[in-house]
Parts: sequence; structure tokens; C-alpha cells
Amino acid sequence: MADSVSISKSTAEPEKTVIASRLPTLGWFGQILHSRKATFGLIIVGFFALVALLADVIAPYEPTRMVGRPHEAPSSEHWFGTTRQGQDVFSQIVYGSRTSLMVGAMTGTTVMAIFVIVGITAGYLGGWVDDVLSLLTNVVLVLPALPLIIVVARYIERSGPLTIVIVLSLVSWAWGARILRSMTLTLREAEFVSAAKVIGEPSWRIILSEILPNMTSLVVSGWIGAVVYAILTEASLEFIGLGDPNLITWGTTLYWAQNNAALLTKAWWTFIPPGICIALTGFGLTMINFGIDEITNPRLRAQ
Amino acid sequence: MRFIVRRLGFYLVAAWVSITVNFFLPRMMAGDPVQLMFARFQGRLDPRALDSLYATFGFVRGSLWVQYVTYLQHLFRGEMGLSISNFPVPVSQVIMTSLGWTIRLLTVALIFSVLLGTFLGMLAAWKRGKFVDNFILPASSLLNSFPYFWLAMLAVYTLALGRNWFPLGHAASVNISKDWTNWEYIRSVIHHATLPALTIVLTSLGGWLVSMRSSMISVLSQDYIVLAEAKGLSNRRVMVTYAARNAILPTVTGFAMALAFIIGGAFLTEIVFSYPGMGYSLITAVNTRDYPLMQGIFLLITFTVLAANLIVDIVYVFLDPRVRYA
Repeated sequence: MADSVSISKSTAEPEKTVIASRLPTLGWFGQILHSRKATFGLIIVGFFALVALLADVIAPYEPTRMVGRPHEAPSSEHWFGTTRQGQDVFSQIVYGSRTSLMVGAMTGTTVMAIFVIVGITAGYLGGWVDDVLSLLTNVVLVLPALPLIIVVARYIERSGPLTIVIVLSLVSWAWGARILRSMTLTLREAEFVSAAKVIGEPSWRIILSEILPNMTSLVVSGWIGAVVYAILTEASLEFIGLGDPNLITWGTTLYWAQNNAALLTKAWWTFIPPGICIALTGFGLTMINFGIDEITNPRLRAQ
Repeated sequence: MRFIVRRLGFYLVAAWVSITVNFFLPRMMAGDPVQLMFARFQGRLDPRALDSLYATFGFVRGSLWVQYVTYLQHLFRGEMGLSISNFPVPVSQVIMTSLGWTIRLLTVALIFSVLLGTFLGMLAAWKRGKFVDNFILPASSLLNSFPYFWLAMLAVYTLALGRNWFPLGHAASVNISKDWTNWEYIRSVIHHATLPALTIVLTSLGGWLVSMRSSMISVLSQDYIVLAEAKGLSNRRVMVTYAARNAILPTVTGFAMALAFIIGGAFLTEIVFSYPGMGYSLITAVNTRDYPLMQGIFLLITFTVLAANLIVDIVYVFLDPRVRYA
């Protein structure tokens, strides 16, 4: 899970090490490529992104059309077999990557926007604003997210990817906000920030050009963590029937597999591929995060 | 002591927030919530049930404030209304039967996953860059990337269906009557819980591992480790009593956040195994639009998480003397 990965970051004291590695953006990306883990991750994620982009070219059939007999085993004609409705599983997986990656990216970006604003505001302003925002952050952290998401999604009724993006964004920003807040607290006392204050730079300039650039790696890894969590949770929500079952996503393929008793009829090809795709995407993203961690926190690097 | 009081205050605020969220959820629906919520049940539902529903959610005549107070009053008397899908059983009773199953399953799974994860994390940090480390870390994060429910499905498919080694679902065999003094019954319960527990352990293991590993790596660069090595203490002694003991503290603090997430995963696992715990009840409630039960489960699971966190905080005071004298 993305969050278990982020737990490690707090324990590894990001404050001290990140300041040291103030790198220009390109060099930073170049460094990522030096990490074997991150390169591996980038290849996996890039592969799925490519599949999503070229879905129309890659998919041999229309994902919703009945193109074979029900529950056909994998063959040269249907690489991943067919569903109970005779749809081609491979085509469903190819098209499904679109929704899954899109929901992931959209949620990640919304979550990132929220935690950057909350974290920096709390850390930079301090005082009662910080007290209130920190309390809010900690409460959101301690509430069990999935049951809350399930209940909210049920009440909203209008199911679909957009609902999932909104609900997920509302509950998963807290960890990032907490990390950015403590980082801002450290940076606020840094000499280059004091220098900017002395010159008379306005607060927004200090935040945008002095503080934020020094937190790029934290923001990026927060974004990645949120994407992983969103992809997993989207699949979970769809699996339990809180998504739009008529859409083609990795989660709905799993939902139909479960509803059509894929386990009992031993139609393993309907539920194995989507699970592996979800896991590989999440794994690739986590590997990129490990790479970023190693760059910003050299002590974690293998000796 | 002051630490505990402060934490207690925080948990009270968190509990209040969840209670209030619970109050506003039905009011968040587009249109008239009362109409929408109960329209589905018109004609099918006992007038008594309707009345109790209105009261539980505080849908009484008056301002929002009056409604809120009514709702709170009901809640404090432990009245969470009647379950619609199990009418006329009170929500609290439905929850109590399923809560036991979830707590038992989760406690056992958590103990195993924390112990195993922490141990492997310690080992990975100690042998950093060696084979164990290079293998354990990616393997556990790959395991972590699988959807909980998917691993559960895989476990059912390979171990329960294919081999018949384990039952397909449910908490105990239906052929044995429920009796906690009967060894046969207990054995059946353990047999049924093995696969769900195993999937929870497998998927939550990596979190503890990664957290322990990086915490341990920070500790290993401390001077007292160098001193311990210089003194000529055995490797094992340095690793366990000097490094691991200190590295474990951040893992304990991470427990709070981790628990909230593991519960989500455990819920999904229960659904796949038809394990009669909170997760399974929640999904039944969601599918039958049993709003009172849904909300009751959300509240109770939140309270359970908060209580568990408080216990961890108290344990923390014993583990870390700095907190005691601060």
C-alpha cells in the first residue's frame, strides 16, 4: 500500500537530507534514471501508459461486444479468454487501463493540490491556523478511510469515475499535508528564506520560489503515493459494486468475474489479468518512489 | 500522564468529527434526503420502522440544530435505530455479532504481520544491499501492490477450490453448533479463519517491513551502535538489543495510520470469504440500502480504531521514557 511506504519517510527524517539535494529539475530526472529501481518502475508505468494511449490500435475486439462463446479459455484468438458474456478479456484489460490510469492521475493531482496548500499554509503561517489545520489533518489520518469512502459513495448514488475521484481526494490528502507541513517548518528557518524576507519579498513569492522548489521530491512522491492508492481503491470500490458496472475498467472486469462466479466455474482468466495489471502498475509507481527516496535520502541507498 | 490526556482529547475530537460527519451524510444527498432515502421503502416498510429511522437520523421537525441534538441524544443512549435488512433487529445488535468476528480475525492477523514484518525489516536493514535485502524489499512491495480482495480470490481459487485444504468461506462449519467450549467448534473456527488471516498478513506485511527497515537504517548510523561493535559484542546482540529495540519506536507511532488502512483491506477480504464480520455486514448493508446499519457500522469501526490507537499510545508511554518525563 502506498501509505505504508510513506510511513518510512517520516521515520527517515526527510527534513535534514532534502535540503542538501536542491537540484534543478532536469538533473533530478537524470538522477532518477541512475537508480535501477526507478528505471524499472518507469518502464512498467510507461508501458501501461502506452497501452492506454494506443488502446484503439492494440485491442483486437470491441470490449463490450460479444465476440466468442461464454467463458472460453485463453487461445490464440482470445489471448485472455472470454467473459461469461463472451466478451474478449484482453480487449477489456487494454481499454480498462485508460480509466484506471486516468482516475489514478486525476485523484493524485487533486490530492497533491490539497496537501500542498494545506501543508504549506499550516507550516508557513503557524499559530492558530496551524493548530486548526494540523488537528484536521490528524483527524482525517486516523479515521478509517475505506469504510468512510464506501458509505459516502453509497449516499452520492451517482456512481462513476468522477465520483470516485472526488470521494478519494477528500479523504487521502492528510498524509502528504503532514509531511509538507513539517518540511515547511524546517525550511521557514533556513537562511535563504530569512534572506528573502530581509530583502522584502512578499510571502507568496517566498513560498513559490524559495520553499516549494525545495520540496519537489516530497510533492512528487506524495503524488505517486496518492495515484497508487487511488488505483487500488478504485478497483476495490468497483469490485464491491459501487462503480458504474457498464464502464470498462480493471475494477469492473473483476466485479463481473465475481458476479459470474468465475471462481466456482474455474474461469481464472477473467480475474487473474486485471489483478496483475493493477499490481504491476502500483509496483512500478512504488519503485519510482523508492528511487526518489534513495536520491533524497542517501542513507537508504544500498552500500 | 499529560501525554495520555492530550491524546485522549484528540481522540474525543476525532470521535466527535466522525459522529458529525455521520449526521451530515444523509443530508448531503441531492434533493430532499428524507424523501430520497425512504422512498425506496414506501409501502414495504413498517410504519414503526419509518418512525425509528426518522428519529435515528434526527429527521424531526425543527432547525438543523434541533435535529442535531436529537440525533446526539439517540446516539448517547446507544440507539442506532433498527436494521432494515434484518428488521426489526436493532442495529447495535447486528453490529455486536459481527464485531466479534472482525476483532478476533484482525487481532490474530495483525500480531503475525507486525512480528513477521518487523523481523524481516530488521534483517533487511542489517544485511543492506545483500541478497536478503535486495529480494525482500521488492517482493514485499509487489505483494503490497495487489488488491487485498484479489489476493483473497487467488487464495480461494488455489488453496480452497483446487485442493480442498480450506473451506470456501464463512466463519465456522454449519454442522457444528456454536459453542466456545467445544473443541470441535473452535477447531472449525480456526480452520475457517486461516485463509482470510493469511491474506491479511501477506498484504499488510510490507508496510511494517519498509517502515522498520528505514528506521533501523537511521539507528544503525548512530554512535552507540559503533561503540557496541567496538566493544566486541556479538552481531546478534548489536542487531537486536541495540539497533532493533530503538528502531521499533517509529513503527509503533506508524501503527495508528496503518490500522485505519489495514481495516479497509480486512473488510474487502471478509467480503470475498463471506466472513460474517463488519466488512461483510457493511457490504450487505450497502447493497440492500440499509442506511441505519451502514452508518452504525461506520461509527463503530471508527470508535474501535480510536480505542486501538489509545491503547497503542499507552503502550508507547511504557516503551519510550522520554514521553513520560516530557
